[in-house]
Amino acid sequence: MNRRTWVSAVLLLLVVSVVLAGCGSGNNGNTGENNTGNNTSGAASGNEPAEETSAEADSGDTIKVGVLHSLSGTMAISEVSVQEAELMAIEEINAAGGVLGKQLEPVVEDGASDQPTFAEKARKLLSEDQVATVFGGWTSSSRKAMLPVFEELNGLLWYPVQYEGLEASPNIFYTGATTNQQIVPAVTWLLENKGTKFFLLGSDYVFPRTANQIITAQLGAEGGEVVGEEYTPMGHTDYSTIISKIQQAKPDVIFNTLNGDSNVAFFKQFKDAGITAADIPVLSVSVAEEEIRGIGVDVLEGHYAAWNYYQTTDTPENEEFVASYKAAYGDDRVTADPIEAGYIAVYLWAAAVEAAGTTDVDAVKEAAKGLEFDAPGGKVTIDGDNQHIYKTVRIGEVQADGQFAEVWATPEPVKPDPYLDGYDWAAGLGG
Amino acid sequence: MEVILSQIFNGLSISSILLLIALGLAITFGLMNVINMAHGELIMVGAYATYVTQNLFNDYLPASLFNWYFVLAIPVSFLIAFLLGLVLEASLIRFLYGRPLDSLLATWGVALMLQQLARTIFGAPNVAVKSPTWLDGGMTLMTGVVLPYKRLFIIGLVIVTLLAMFLYIYRSHAGRRMRAVMQNREMASCLGISTRRVDALTFAIGSGIAGIAGCALTLMGPIGPALGTYYIVDAFMVVVLGGVGKLVGTIIGATGIGMFNTLFEFWTSASLGKVLVFVCIVAFLQWRPKGLVAMRSRSLD
Repeated sequence: MNRRTWVSAVLLLLVVSVVLAGCGSGNNGNTGENNTGNNTSGAASGNEPAEETSAEADSGDTIKVGVLHSLSGTMAISEVSVQEAELMAIEEINAAGGVLGKQLEPVVEDGASDQPTFAEKARKLLSEDQVATVFGGWTSSSRKAMLPVFEELNGLLWYPVQYEGLEASPNIFYTGATTNQQIVPAVTWLLENKGTKFFLLGSDYVFPRTANQIITAQLGAEGGEVVGEEYTPMGHTDYSTIISKIQQAKPDVIFNTLNGDSNVAFFKQFKDAGITAADIPVLSVSVAEEEIRGIGVDVLEGHYAAWNYYQTTDTPENEEFVASYKAAYGDDRVTADPIEAGYIAVYLWAAAVEAAGTTDVDAVKEAAKGLEFDAPGGKVTIDGDNQHIYKTVRIGEVQADGQFAEVWATPEPVKPDPYLDGYDWAAGLGG
Repeated sequence: MEVILSQIFNGLSISSILLLIALGLAITFGLMNVINMAHGELIMVGAYATYVTQNLFNDYLPASLFNWYFVLAIPVSFLIAFLLGLVLEASLIRFLYGRPLDSLLATWGVALMLQQLARTIFGAPNVAVKSPTWLDGGMTLMTGVVLPYKRLFIIGLVIVTLLAMFLYIYRSHAGRRMRAVMQNREMASCLGISTRRVDALTFAIGSGIAGIAGCALTLMGPIGPALGTYYIVDAFMVVVLGGVGKLVGTIIGATGIGMFNTLFEFWTSASLGKVLVFVCIVAFLQWRPKGLVAMRSRSLD
């Protein structure tokens, strides 16, 4: 009996390995064929078919790419639009002939606003679907959940949202702003134009807490003062007490890092308490065009936001981008910073793959260094050291039509500095 | 002084909101013993009904009438949630009476379905409801103390709703039948009351009141598919603390939680304040497991 099981186990193993080998050789054949196809187009000359994950990813006539955002749950409000922009970019690239002569095939997964789900789906995309790269994530916690998976399997993640910095994973490209491309210049601008007394209000999780740590350090160095700091749980809906505290603290300006639906409750109740944007302006870093529509422009008019891109940003690329986004998803849709960041992530990856001639992760990373792209929000450049991108910082004021009017912008794209090495006051942060 | 006054008012306002979201649940869960996890989604349905009413006014009626959409939105929200409650009761809930744990799972499933339905119809992003201009601004009591009209309006709405419920339950024939069925089903049935019809009507009324809550909440908070999830825990907290089966308990429970929440939040922070409130409730329920006002009834054993 024992012996028979053992024998059958060996037999099974043999069968499995033969099947696997068959599959493997079949794939190699495919890649070889396609590579010759590429050689005629001149893109992939001299490159061996990449091993392992990427071998599978660009086998056949298509290259699989993962798109992993929350399509359900609390974060779906924001992430669905980014996902749509990424799919639009993929379609545009396909229409223009694809990458390395092959069409891109998006594999869409739902992160369901849940960190373990993000990690699990990321693993599925990398090991089961064997995608060449993944575009995805929104909250910092979702990124932190996916990070170990991408590092373990040597995958490639393009993360499209502004975040709290203090991170530079070799397996992640950050196409959203880091702190010195959004928060730090916004604080400086507020100090110069609106006053020195800051009230810090945020949702209770990693981004607002880290951001406020940075702001506090910066204010200490640049002559500002924090008169209050409050955090509310995600999904908090009553701000009456916080507003009382704000009225008591009498700040010149409120720096708002609330995320998601809490913004709606806060701004509605803030206005009802009889405080206008002229009394105490609020500068938000998570309120973009998309959120304005859900909050209602009547309660937001006159308040500020800091981003790298607005729908109103005046570049020829943006005109085209806005037009095609509206054509694809409806005239009433708006574009916003993370939408743009997701869109350019796809183009940057495609350009890097073309330059590398393969979808192999290490080769793509090498080829991406210093890559330039004329994005809707202005020219961006990938910084080879930390895999963030150079971006222009813009402060916008909410107008009656639900759009931002740019009131200030940096003259040049700002070099990303996720660890804030270039700022003396930031020395003690991030420990 | 100003701070104390505005904090007392804030406490009252939160209490009124809590009471409004808990009232419907006090009926479906409190009186009928259905652990109704879809209560939050019935609130959401009310909020979206308000949104649709607003859009219809915007599209089909002259702009001068726009401000009055809200007056119509309240009964519309009630009616739509009421009808949904009827359908739910007839298709699902009535098979689950006396099986509270099954009702918990089933209604949780209904909640997820309704959320996804809202996402399909209205899209994942929040929608904006523009509040009528006659509710903008507030009454200035003294410098630094502004009582927003919206919060005053919600307090008023709660009082009116409570009064209507009181009249219905304690002063009408239908209400008397309802109480009879909830307290002793067999006896009521023996005396010729159609318990099926009473069950259906009671559940629908509870749902309808959730719809009114949804309508009122468009004034204060976000309107999106996940709206219900923000309020469901608070609603259960109020009903459980107040004592299952008694409206008076729900009122006292809501006031207590609202006041303490404001107080704690003012002293500490929003997160810690909520924790402290929960600690107090847990401690209190250890001492009095039946809540503030315990109902004496043969059916509850």
